Amino acid sequence: MNRFLKDKEHLVRMAALFAVGVVLFLILKAVLVPKGFGVYGHYRAGALADNRVRAPRFAGRSACIECHTDERDAWKGGKHAGVGCEACHGALAKHAEDPSASNAFKPDPKTICFTCHLTNAAKPRKFPQIDPKNHFDGGACNGCHSPHAPDKEPKK
Amino acid sequence: MSSDRRDFVLTAGKLLVLTAPAAAYLEAVETGKAEEPAYKMAEHYWGMIVDVDKCIGCGNCVRACKTENDVPVEPYFFRTWVERYHVAEGAEHPDVDSPDGGYSGFPEKYAAGDGAKSFFVPKLCNQCAHSPCTQVCPVGATFESPDGAVLVDKSYCLGCRYCVQACPYGCRFIDPRTKTVDKCNLCYHRITKGLTTACCESCPTGARQLVDLKDPKDPVHDFLRDHKIQVLKPQLATGAKVYYNGLDGSVR
Repeated sequence: MNRFLKDKEHLVRMAALFAVGVVLFLILKAVLVPKGFGVYGHYRAGALADNRVRAPRFAGRSACIECHTDERDAWKGGKHAGVGCEACHGALAKHAEDPSASNAFKPDPKTICFTCHLTNAAKPRKFPQIDPKNHFDGGACNGCHSPHAPDKEPKK
Repeated sequence: MSSDRRDFVLTAGKLLVLTAPAAAYLEAVETGKAEEPAYKMAEHYWGMIVDVDKCIGCGNCVRACKTENDVPVEPYFFRTWVERYHVAEGAEHPDVDSPDGGYSGFPEKYAAGDGAKSFFVPKLCNQCAHSPCTQVCPVGATFESPDGAVLVDKSYCLGCRYCVQACPYGCRFIDPRTKTVDKCNLCYHRITKGLTTACCESCPTGARQLVDLKDPKDPVHDFLRDHKIQVLKPQLATGAKVYYNGLDGSVR
């Protein structure tokens, strides 16, 4: 017993140093680890909310057809019913929020159809493709084809 | 006297118990958090179906993605891109090209009827459930969210590029403006608001479909059962959740 007590001074010093180290670690941890870290895993929980804040630029087809009912009726049930409005008309979330803020983009009927329907060997064979050399006469496609529903009655 | 004290203790106790919810309620009212949209992470698990046979290589998804997510337009930065495969009969390796990632479509390069098999493959982050990229991040700036999207914490990313090297699919890049990593986050800002991703919204043929694997009514369950499905590089066991239908064996 006495032998241990004889050495206690340096034991106390070591314990004090250890305690200081622990306190320093806890302070550094409190300062450096961001709020919410580790709630769901090894990351900041707030990063989930950060990823959500961006405002969408594509409104989605359901927003378009709320107002554009004529276009909706023409488009529904046709061969292009699976094609979203913004696939051709561009991103229009701003317009959907405030119709006066920006106008819908009117695609060029001489070129927009070729985005999809230009012939290409890598396209699925059953997909309708046009080679301008033997089909296109230089006019606008919507002169003959109705863009919203090409298989419904042809445009006069 | 003693009854007074008893009343006092009871009332004080009740008030004390009520303080915490009252404070929380007051805070919610003041900060407007009480009207948080009803998105519950635990009820969703996101993935995507890519139907290779439907892809026509129009590049709508690439353009829509760049618009929606402010991806730099220079042709080295993509959250999603489209590849064209050209496999001659019996060839050991396919010819693969992706001019500007498919941003401007695919100019005809191969003669029609040359006997080779040719098709388009859209690529994006595979939202792996056991993602190699999140495992190497030294600071926890990229992670798999509880609802199945692999996200980046841009305010915490060091830009060390470990994850860029770790991704076996080449889905990550360093944003030249912020010098932090960027990648497809499955339009997390859209899917948590009930919208589909920008690429799925603008795909004209339905070759890409956002799916919620936790939603029992999602047609994905029938789709996965009725088709022969493959993920990219299954041998790496990344738990990829972008399911390809009709994927050719030549696709790496």
